[in-house]
Amino acid sequence: MTVGFVMLCHTALDRASQVARHWAERDCPVVIHVDYRVKRKAYDGMVKSLADLPNIRFSGRHACEWGTWGIVAATQEASTIMLRDFPAVRHVYLASGSCLPLRPVDELLAYLAERPRTDFIESVTTEDVGWTIGGLDVERFTLRFPFSWRKQRRLFDGYVRLQRRLHFRRRIPAGVVPHLGSQWWCLTRQTLSAILENPERAEIDRYFRRVWIPDESYFQTLVRQVSANVESRSLTLSKFDFQGKPHIFYDDHLQLLRRSDCFVARKIWPHADRLYKTFLSGDGGAQAVAEPNPGKIDRLFAKAVERRTKGRAGLYMQSRHPNENWENGRTAAPYSVFEGFADLFENFEIWLGKATGTRVHGHLFAETRVQFAGGEKIYNGALCDSAAMRDYNPTSFLTNLIWNTRGERQCFQFGPADNQALGHFIAGDPNAQISVISGAWAIPLFHANSNFGEIRKEAARLQKIEAEFLNTLRSPWVKARVRTWALAEFVENPMEPLQTIVDEISPRAMRRLTEAPRLADLTGFGQFLQNLRNQGMQPVLMGDFPTGDDPRGTTSRRGRPYLVK
Amino acid sequence: MRLARKRWRIRAFRKRRELRPVIDRANLIAPDHILLFSTLRNERVRLPYFLRYYRGLGVNHFLIVDNDSTDGSREYLAAQPDVSLWTSKHSYKRSRFGVDWLNWLQMKYAHGHWTLVVDPDEFFVYPFCDTRPLRALTDWLDASSIKSFSAMLLDMYPKGPFDVMPYHEGQDPFEIAPYFDSGNYVIQRNRKYGNLWIQGGPRMRMFFQDLPERAPALNKIPLVKWDRDYAYVSSTHMLLPRGLNQVYDEWGGEKASGCLLHAKFLDTFAHKAEEEMERRQHYANSHEYRAYRAGISTQPDLWCKWSEKYINWRQLEILGLMSKGNWA
Repeated sequence: MTVGFVMLCHTALDRASQVARHWAERDCPVVIHVDYRVKRKAYDGMVKSLADLPNIRFSGRHACEWGTWGIVAATQEASTIMLRDFPAVRHVYLASGSCLPLRPVDELLAYLAERPRTDFIESVTTEDVGWTIGGLDVERFTLRFPFSWRKQRRLFDGYVRLQRRLHFRRRIPAGVVPHLGSQWWCLTRQTLSAILENPERAEIDRYFRRVWIPDESYFQTLVRQVSANVESRSLTLSKFDFQGKPHIFYDDHLQLLRRSDCFVARKIWPHADRLYKTFLSGDGGAQAVAEPNPGKIDRLFAKAVERRTKGRAGLYMQSRHPNENWENGRTAAPYSVFEGFADLFENFEIWLGKATGTRVHGHLFAETRVQFAGGEKIYNGALCDSAAMRDYNPTSFLTNLIWNTRGERQCFQFGPADNQALGHFIAGDPNAQISVISGAWAIPLFHANSNFGEIRKEAARLQKIEAEFLNTLRSPWVKARVRTWALAEFVENPMEPLQTIVDEISPRAMRRLTEAPRLADLTGFGQFLQNLRNQGMQPVLMGDFPTGDDPRGTTSRRGRPYLVK
Repeated sequence: MRLARKRWRIRAFRKRRELRPVIDRANLIAPDHILLFSTLRNERVRLPYFLRYYRGLGVNHFLIVDNDSTDGSREYLAAQPDVSLWTSKHSYKRSRFGVDWLNWLQMKYAHGHWTLVVDPDEFFVYPFCDTRPLRALTDWLDASSIKSFSAMLLDMYPKGPFDVMPYHEGQDPFEIAPYFDSGNYVIQRNRKYGNLWIQGGPRMRMFFQDLPERAPALNKIPLVKWDRDYAYVSSTHMLLPRGLNQVYDEWGGEKASGCLLHAKFLDTFAHKAEEEMERRQHYANSHEYRAYRAGISTQPDLWCKWSEKYINWRQLEILGLMSKGNWA
């Protein structure tokens, strides 16, 4: 008993004949079908090169345009020849010209000998397939497809639409339950002959002739009528990408293919010399009865498809430039934005860095210079501290920074004096944690040594900008984690909000803050606000600050704000 | 756009007269050959490695325009068995920096071929380039119905001033200049042509800090399955018809892309900048070279502690400078 191979070839005939020779020399008969569209000369060359092998036949040539009946007709004819000419064949294996055997023929023979009645063919009902491209599954069986998908795409699509609108349906012949599956199967003589010798074959063929992609449904459907023992999987390792095109194997897949323990793989790049040399030489070490295990290859290709369809979150580059809201993550990692904290606390950046173990920058969007952590002039990824370059494309600047520092959380200070171009961007970014103490910008003004008229003007300007930013943060589309406090409210009880923020930044640390950052000196701040008011400028963002003397100045060193456990 | 394309093609057709064939071996080109087009001037010392690199990738034929070299480049190239060579004494600038000349040659010779258009200091890197030849890529692109392939220009530089380590003929330039900037590129979409406009890298960081909008463009589409109706518009930055510029995914995914390692900053650079300034034949009134010359006189060091040292394409892919897309 042996296995016979039916090979469907249309390109790289030299590789196909190499594989055919490999099988034929190991006493496996091969029937080769060559696409009618292949040039006469190439075909003759192939016939001639295999002339010395008595167990190779060539079958009548059909034009095999993708998705059409020709492929099935070719398979039928070649299979008939196989069954007729080689009585010793028990299993017939359908392969293509770009298939490559990965395991010695003996192992395949042994594997099949143990399962003499089993038909290996992927056969799934149309309701259960998830992989059809273009949404045609059951409609493959119920619509008509007179136009070529490759050459007359518009007519093809239009005609499908028209039929849908008219609710046109073909009648599916009695007894035919549509199944789909991989084109590449391995059937027993009994099953295959039952399909080919079916008395109603003429009628069934007539029906399938107009079915879309019959090579993925003809045998898959009919096998259910005649076989008692269908193993619904293909022995051929063949993976498809998101466009429905088969993945191709190259020399660098050698180890992967070896470890897959599959019998045959498709599709092999015709110039993958090393693969052909390795797998067609000798008969390898006999490691006997391993089950095919394509898991690793599955993962590799699934990852590739994911890379193509979803990409890496937060990456903007030459071949990934998502439209707004299609970024699948505007930025690469979570980050924190602090507005007002550095004004309210002395050395807030140092404190925050210690408390959270993150990278804390100054005002990245400061007017004159990018204030990278530690006053660096050039930062991760060779980002530059030039404000002109940053402002040239602030979005790129931020997404680059977050991308470059993946794995290390970034925090930065923000304020109304900074470039506001990114307000909308960070507000809409789920990765952003924005904490605002509104009105805190007044503290540096309060300490500033300049004329009150200027201070007043500056205060009005900053207040306007901050109010606008706060408005943005209140918009319904905001995706960032936003917290805002009025200055007066925050000063009342600074530790609790700080603890919340720190816990959110490093949730696993669960440390209680032991050391509080030092509050700036607010003695007289209430009076300062009153002075602004007296000058006709209404400071509103700070909340209700008592005009009298400051109550909290001395309590800022309080240790533990609250204890839970 | 259609008219614009026609215009560039007619212009290329007119400029054909400026080209004088030195040696035309185009009869050696087989239908499935991968072709490389280039314009150059006085690049003799770079040529041996350049040819070796691209022959190694599997380029079958080189079609080169020599813009009046005086250093023996022409003679050297003419002696190579797989090079067809044209020469022109006409203005580089007025041929739109060689684009017109190459458009003409491509129109004539490249129809139906995969073509790579690179300068002698650009080295093409693509996913799996260490294990798969260029033909594997073009076959895959064919199978995926992709007609153009993007490769961003990645400026490579040495540590220290450019002239510390002189470049020897035949040497891998990235032994001298292995460093690059990994994450400071800014991207805008060019609505008119549909391409991305990428700037950044060490040149922007060092020479264009105050005028970032003048920094040179780094987006390139050097590998195209050429059709005689196509035309490069500006260097290899963009093409017509516009569909060819759609080398990026807009819905969150990543298309496959490569990089052009740019070996510009070698000891030959200072000399070149000087010469180009005198010729005034470069883009935007040689603004770029003017900026370089101003920079060079102060002995610039492009290297910083965040510079990455080049290892292989996988490193570039992890850094997000290029992508495998769905090629596995």
